[in-house]
Amino acid sequence: MGDQPKVRGFRSVETRYMQQRDELFQALKRLDRRSFIKVAGAAFGSVAASGLVSPHSFQPVNVAHAQSRGIEPFTFAYISDSHLYKRTLNDRFVNALMRAVDDVNSMDPQPDFVFYGGDLAQLGQPEELELGAQILKSLKAPVRMMVGEHDWYYDMGEKWRSLFGQPNYSFDHKGVHCVVLNSVVEKDFWTARKLSPMDRMKTVAGLDNGVQSSFTVGAEQRAWLENDLKGKPATTPIIVFSHSPLYKLYKAWNFWTDDADEVQAILKRFQSVVVFHGHTHQMLTNRIGNIHFQGFLSTAWPWPYAPEGLPALTVQMGRPDPFNPNDGCGDGSVSVHPDGLADIVQNLWNRNPVTIARTYTASHGKKDKPEVPALRSY
Amino acid sequence: MRKPRFAKVTFGALGVVAAVSCAQNAASRSDTELPPAAAATTETEGGQAPQPAAAAKSGTEVLLCDGQTKVSVPAGTPGTSVASALMTEWIRKNPNANWEAEERERHTLQPSADNTGLVGQMQGQTYGRVTEQDVKLWKNEVERVATAGSAVFHSADELGSTVAVSCDMCHPHAANTHPETYPKYQAQLGRVVLLRDMINWCIEHPVRGQPLAADDPKLRSLEAYILAQRKGKSLDYGRH
Repeated sequence: MGDQPKVRGFRSVETRYMQQRDELFQALKRLDRRSFIKVAGAAFGSVAASGLVSPHSFQPVNVAHAQSRGIEPFTFAYISDSHLYKRTLNDRFVNALMRAVDDVNSMDPQPDFVFYGGDLAQLGQPEELELGAQILKSLKAPVRMMVGEHDWYYDMGEKWRSLFGQPNYSFDHKGVHCVVLNSVVEKDFWTARKLSPMDRMKTVAGLDNGVQSSFTVGAEQRAWLENDLKGKPATTPIIVFSHSPLYKLYKAWNFWTDDADEVQAILKRFQSVVVFHGHTHQMLTNRIGNIHFQGFLSTAWPWPYAPEGLPALTVQMGRPDPFNPNDGCGDGSVSVHPDGLADIVQNLWNRNPVTIARTYTASHGKKDKPEVPALRSY
Repeated sequence: MRKPRFAKVTFGALGVVAAVSCAQNAASRSDTELPPAAAATTETEGGQAPQPAAAAKSGTEVLLCDGQTKVSVPAGTPGTSVASALMTEWIRKNPNANWEAEERERHTLQPSADNTGLVGQMQGQTYGRVTEQDVKLWKNEVERVATAGSAVFHSADELGSTVAVSCDMCHPHAANTHPETYPKYQAQLGRVVLLRDMINWCIEHPVRGQPLAADDPKLRSLEAYILAQRKGKSLDYGRH
């Protein structure tokens, strides 16, 4: 799979068949008894998928590698940043989330889980969060939730926690240790200003509002994270989910986590770490040491790229067309491989999906560079 | 929501009423609640700042230069006390009086060009000898219009959105508005458009509001803000 060709939109049935066949034989060469079943199953599945289902970016055609550190490859889908108002106020964002749900429900095979990347609500209103929870219930696969600042600062997470539980937690999935953080902790800017809960929320909701403070994970969660990872061998593959990018990109828009360096220091000893984040509403790729970063798309609207600080590995998504309200938005899927790294499919609505292969970040951009669009940001 | 004021009349009002203790604040926020410059001018001409009338009656009513704000003071109250009573009353009636500083704290504005190098120079008839006050006035005035634009840009209510969408939701700090590329042939519309046409397009479509008239102060200030934020970009009309 290392030399998997870039996915540029449609591949013919023949091409896909030949690729799958190749992959199967490659895998068979490395076969041990334990993975035989997996390879056979995957081969069967991919053949079935290629014939019976309409061509769709989501078809995970990754055949298991025999190389194993106790990791079974798996796929999860992501949906992020839906920014729901109540339906009677704004139907567009609600429809967009429902579109994402349909996308994910049409994946075949179904992903192991769906990860929601935060900012389900626009202004943290209970009815916005309830509406979001209701829509996400129609997902067939289990949902894992993460919190964003738009969910939090109206009632400081009370409603969100009552619907979805603790904002930071960890779980193990098929040999990968996954950690979910609340990375949108801001220091108190509202008490001294005597802001109402709604004013506090609206301040945080403004990306370019300079009254708010910077996002952090905070000392408490960093201690929790250290403790959570304690005793795990350095070979354990780690996936971290954070709403904001866990690095410092552009402070003025909180494309930023103020204590990112401290969090990275905790993750540093692991050989393979992938961080998935929301918040930036754009394709965003970075690598710092052993840590690979990938940004999720929003279902609601795309953000412009920051005027400075863009990571060198980022291949920008094509410039969104404002005349198409769904352009620049989307959802996606992630295929985690036995090496602990992951291939990402950014399912940009109404455009060709973009694959960011794990080999791209692994090779520091030398291999498998995604196609660079003709029209980039101004 | 906070309502920014549009400085329609400030040029006329500012210099004239500066003598009145309240006037600079009041005039600079002139808008519907404030009378046109003429009203302020009438009050202050002849150096007659509002003062307790000479009449020895107690409880004299004093009218502020806005022609609306009134306080009642005993005869013989010192002028400074009258002025602060009037100002207090005016601020009570105008809770957004500090809108400009508040807006600039929330949303940073690119500074306008620095003209301090001109201070002390003779510039001919238009300027006379440029003073520090001139330079300050130019800066305050132009940045005020851009700041008013910032307030509209960041407010779904000001924009008249029916879906609670404001410009900054897609264009933080007016990023990706690229005013330097207009006029251009807008392929999706099949015609040449100006920046203001695209502002109105956004107001009608993603924002779902009513388009603004070309001379609407909101549209003028939005243009000012968007242009201000792209300071330093080279003009490149027609660029796609």
